[in-house]
Amino acid sequence: MAILPPGVSQQQFDTAIDRLKSVVGEEWVFTSDADIHAYRDHFSYIKDQPNELIPCAAVGPDSVEQVQAIVRIANEFRIPLYSISTGKNFAYGGPSPNVRGSLTVDLKRMDRVLEVDDKRNFALVEPGVSYIDLYNYIQERGLKVWVDTPDPGWGSPIGNALDHGIGYTLGPYRDHFSAHCGMEVVLPDGEILRTGMGAMPASDSWQEYKHGFGPDPAGLFGQGNFGIVTKMGFRLMPQPEHWRNGLVTVPRRQDFIAMVDTVNYLTDLGMIGEPWYSGGLQALMSNTEFAEAANAFNEEEMDRQALAAGLPSWRVELQFYGSEGTTLANWEYAKELMTRNIPGVQFTDGESLPVPLTDEQIQKSSTSYESVMRRNITQGRPGLGIWYMTGRTDFDPNAWNETHIGLFSLVGRSGEAVFKAQRDFADISRRLEMPGFFPNALAVPVNWYQNSFLMGNGFGAAKGNSPQQKKDATKLLRRLLEENAKLGYGDYRAPPILQDDVADQYSFNNNILRRFNEKLKNAIDPNGIISPGRAGIWPEAYADLRGALRED
Amino acid sequence: MKTSMNKLFRQVFLGLTLVASTQIAIAQDSEAVARGKAKFDHSCAPCHGKGAGDDGREMLPGTYSLKIKYGDTMPAALEDRTDLTSEVISVFVRMGAWSMPPFRKTELSDKEIDDIAAYLAVSSRK
Repeated sequence: MAILPPGVSQQQFDTAIDRLKSVVGEEWVFTSDADIHAYRDHFSYIKDQPNELIPCAAVGPDSVEQVQAIVRIANEFRIPLYSISTGKNFAYGGPSPNVRGSLTVDLKRMDRVLEVDDKRNFALVEPGVSYIDLYNYIQERGLKVWVDTPDPGWGSPIGNALDHGIGYTLGPYRDHFSAHCGMEVVLPDGEILRTGMGAMPASDSWQEYKHGFGPDPAGLFGQGNFGIVTKMGFRLMPQPEHWRNGLVTVPRRQDFIAMVDTVNYLTDLGMIGEPWYSGGLQALMSNTEFAEAANAFNEEEMDRQALAAGLPSWRVELQFYGSEGTTLANWEYAKELMTRNIPGVQFTDGESLPVPLTDEQIQKSSTSYESVMRRNITQGRPGLGIWYMTGRTDFDPNAWNETHIGLFSLVGRSGEAVFKAQRDFADISRRLEMPGFFPNALAVPVNWYQNSFLMGNGFGAAKGNSPQQKKDATKLLRRLLEENAKLGYGDYRAPPILQDDVADQYSFNNNILRRFNEKLKNAIDPNGIISPGRAGIWPEAYADLRGALRED
Repeated sequence: MKTSMNKLFRQVFLGLTLVASTQIAIAQDSEAVARGKAKFDHSCAPCHGKGAGDDGREMLPGTYSLKIKYGDTMPAALEDRTDLTSEVISVFVRMGAWSMPPFRKTELSDKEIDDIAAYLAVSSRK
């Protein structure tokens, strides 16, 4: 089943394929259905549908020069490109393009770790390097730096950072795009651009000062379609000597406000790693009376029942990186601040361990309380352990999570904002009659990005895995995004089927942000060949495809 | 005499050739096994390895999924299996299975799948 790029004839396509083979070698141009299968999104909501986002072919370059040649051929034949690094962006589209019939530029073969410096604490890598590869490289050489890995860790630092992915250690490293320092990009006309100090050929500071001089276009390449990134530098966290964690619990629902304020203070002073918030009252949800109170946001009743059950309303698990002494001092200081700010707050010491942790220490927490921290990712160790979330379970051995999708809205980083979001999400879910996952007064934020909260919503929109059920779920998610945006909740990331919808919501001044980006896009990429439609940015050449995925 | 010497020579030569061929084949096999183990450790073991899973879980996700699927009728860990030929592995790797997505040839070439099969053919003997 050959899929042609939009507006390209079979003859033109065949000629282009021959030209691509002459660039990368016949072995690395993939046109058969069998080979292209692996370039589809395994978790697609439109799988096997006529509009599924399947490429026409894929090409695997091994060098920047080959990427340049591919871009020039694409311009000549007006073939839209979609570049992937490791292709593991599952929940956000996997390796699938925004436009059906695009040519996938598979950068996996460009898998060189170009430099890791554990004195100046940075790395320079190519797109095909995964977090696991970079971790292995560091371990094999005994270097004293960490990677801040997403979960799972089979993706690439470049791909993850470019989609604004996150990690779980100290704040400055968790925001992977912000932690980048210098990139090399093949522009839509085939020229090579280097950002920051990379623009100065003799500079030794490419991975140390990212702004260079004048406007820094680096942001255009994150969730953008202005070029193909072929190298990228990252700041790395030096390996600490010690790690410690501990639990803070507070008795009343309203205590969450002071808890968040205190954690923010500690976070922004650089004294703690990612804090893990959790509710303390889930165990009471099997009690009908409590569940009714939680669904109705009856705070007095919730507090009364929490007190009666001897359970805390909220928990936050803190973690500290440093020496044994500094981690202890920071934990003691956290206790002092919390005690000052929250009557009735309680603390439980966690573990205090020299770094690196042993395999046994990573695999299983030995805290006296139930730890919610996923230990491997707090230690910068990438893996696939979390993939159990998508697989078959004892509970349902004959099913897997075919509708795995990531939807997280930005919420203000305060207890008050979280309380408002809980009510808003519950109200929206009720109005839209969401079939599963019903937000209530126990919903907690994640603090992946140091300076903001994200809250999951929209999970459970799919009631089943049939094509119609997936279609219904997609419609529901589009409505959910609209309703969220009316109240100011925007998503930070989305799969291609929802990118137009998310982009629509960033609508200040008649969507000037998107209009500005599209002006740039048309100027820099007049043929619109680089990932048209990515993040809702449609070049003139493909403008008729805007919103096309909304049509059934 | 000459004829019998020639016959003996041929027999010795053939014998030596056979030994050499076998040794080359064994060397090639052991190289394939070593390459296959390295690739298995890199690309398969993070999900299908024998080690414990995260957060106190008994097994890694792929291994646990196969435990649920096969129960006691088949080993859950791929390295304990004896039936995973290159052809079988290719089907799962190229097509994907359940929550395991398909792997591209840029990630795992056909030759590398052969190497993994060579490793899995002997891994259960340990």
